[in-house]
Amino acid sequence: MLEIVSWIAVVLILATATAMLIDTDWRINLGALALQYLAMFWLVTRHLPFAMGSAKLITGWMVVAILGMTRLGLTNVDDEEESFFSQGQTFRIALMGIVAIVTVGATPSIESAIPGLGLPVIAGGLLLIGGGIIHLGITTNVMRVILGLLTMLAGFEILYAAIESAILVTGLLAVVNLGLGVVGSYLMLAGSTPLESEEDL
Amino acid sequence: MSAPILWIAIPFITGVLIFLISSERYSAWVGGGVSAILSLIAFFIPIDTALLIGNVSIKIAPAIQFFGRSFELNTADGLLLAIVYGLASLWFLGTEASGTQSRFVSLGLMIVALLTASIAVEPFLYAALLLEVAAMLVIPLLVPPYQKAGQGVVRFLTYQTLAMPFILFSGWMLTGVEASPSDLGTTLQAGVMLGLGFAFLFAVFPLYNWIPMLMEETPPYATGFLLWVLPTFITIFALGFLDRYSWLRNSSQLTSAIQFAGLFMVASGGIFAALQRHLGRMLAYSAISQTGLILLIFGLQSIQMVNLVFLTLIPRGLELAIWALSLSILKREAYSLQFSDVQGLSRKYPAATAALIFAHLSMAGFPLLAGFPSRLSIWQSLTTDLGILFWVFVGMFGLLIAAIRTLAVFVMTEEPGWELNESWVQVTMLGLGVSGLFILGLFPQILQPLLSNLPSLFERLSQ
Repeated sequence: MLEIVSWIAVVLILATATAMLIDTDWRINLGALALQYLAMFWLVTRHLPFAMGSAKLITGWMVVAILGMTRLGLTNVDDEEESFFSQGQTFRIALMGIVAIVTVGATPSIESAIPGLGLPVIAGGLLLIGGGIIHLGITTNVMRVILGLLTMLAGFEILYAAIESAILVTGLLAVVNLGLGVVGSYLMLAGSTPLESEEDL
Repeated sequence: MSAPILWIAIPFITGVLIFLISSERYSAWVGGGVSAILSLIAFFIPIDTALLIGNVSIKIAPAIQFFGRSFELNTADGLLLAIVYGLASLWFLGTEASGTQSRFVSLGLMIVALLTASIAVEPFLYAALLLEVAAMLVIPLLVPPYQKAGQGVVRFLTYQTLAMPFILFSGWMLTGVEASPSDLGTTLQAGVMLGLGFAFLFAVFPLYNWIPMLMEETPPYATGFLLWVLPTFITIFALGFLDRYSWLRNSSQLTSAIQFAGLFMVASGGIFAALQRHLGRMLAYSAISQTGLILLIFGLQSIQMVNLVFLTLIPRGLELAIWALSLSILKREAYSLQFSDVQGLSRKYPAATAALIFAHLSMAGFPLLAGFPSRLSIWQSLTTDLGILFWVFVGMFGLLIAAIRTLAVFVMTEEPGWELNESWVQVTMLGLGVSGLFILGLFPQILQPLLSNLPSLFERLSQ
């Protein structure tokens, strides 16, 4: 039963990573990221205690909230980027397909090299890493770059949780995720507000 | 009192307090003063050794436990801390002269504290996480709230974040390699992972494109600080890897790869610097070239490696500080650092332009300046390989051409007469810095007390 749920989490990861790549609406992207963290939570708890997995889930959702609130407050949208992103969707689906094929090919060999990780854990991790890197490769928009980095890190965390369970590492990775959220918000806001005082000039 | 509290917690909390309460006017003095005091304590009071002052016995404990892991600074780390906090105090004291925003000092102190934590944390692999957190703290320094983020900043953040997983995975794999060194497959995978991680961290070719972009789009003083502080701690982190894993030290393929990467950075950095028409980009390529020199030293496999690395790193902090301060002063006048905008500025800003040229020449290894002793030592170590020596010469020659071009642009004017538009604080800071360049160039032996004990930090590398 647990194995089936794990594979459902992998399918959810594939669906959300693809949705983030092809959809231009930031609300859908952030929703997909939130779901991605849910799937990641399940896969991480295959190796980490429930409490530590929950910490990752809550951190992830906090990041989604930070980015969402920031984006909601922005009035000047990067139309050029949005219009660019609405093109070439087939190409991006094909890229995600390549990632899926590579994942299918690489998962058994990684499982044989590092026994005990579990096939769904490896597959989920690789899909997220691949999806994140594709995201980073096709855009320069700040929010999308942050989404790509968060996706890639989520994949890394799934795999790393299986080999390292130190509380300090979990804490620092949470700080890194939150930091990326805050830095992403800052970069989105930078330049969008008028100068407050003459000193800023 | 324990060493991690003194050199990690206190500067971090001071940074937070400066951010919250201190006024812009005093932040530079508070930050610079705290850093200078921490540097002096590190220099004069040995860690983990009881000192009797009158009837009072003082001992700085070396370690504390935090979330089940240890943060440890030993006796050998004392001199390293003295150097780092000493140079950091120079940067913070120069803030007012550079006209940089007040949060530079607060965030700078937090960054230095986090990076100090990266050399103290055990297992040392976790340093990768702390380096990433420090890199994220740099972002508000680089992008003022009123300025739109450029591509350089985004690339910097991306590359630093990509480095972390590679380093953490490679560290885990390296333990496997230590357990079974004959397993060539694992060794190769670990080597590739580690190489990619450090390629991102050191900004090895072609991953250094964010540095010139950053110098164009962000405040020069903040970027100069970044180009000093991150590579310094990344170098210490890399030395830690080489020190702990014997197969890394003894692998001839890895050594060749490091040496080639370093050589490419030295040569390409120098050549590109000579071709630039933007003073900021010139600094960027010079910094790249110098990072290449450090990688080249890694590849020397000499017992003098640690000494050579620090002989290069210490003047680098001073050179970058002076160069970045000069650029900040000039940018306030010219708004852009393109050649066309800074032409003839030596008449209006003689102190800033002269200091910039001296810092540039020092980085090119010009005799009598701070960079020369380390270049001389590197050339002496490379005498057995004339091919490498040639390309190092090409790189340094490129930097020299860049310096001469800059000088020519600065003096290219028909306006008669000289003015001194720098403030007394700016002239004092630049004067002290340039004096430092000459002192380190003419009397490099004054670094001997620092350099003589630093190899004990990396015992196996020095054997």
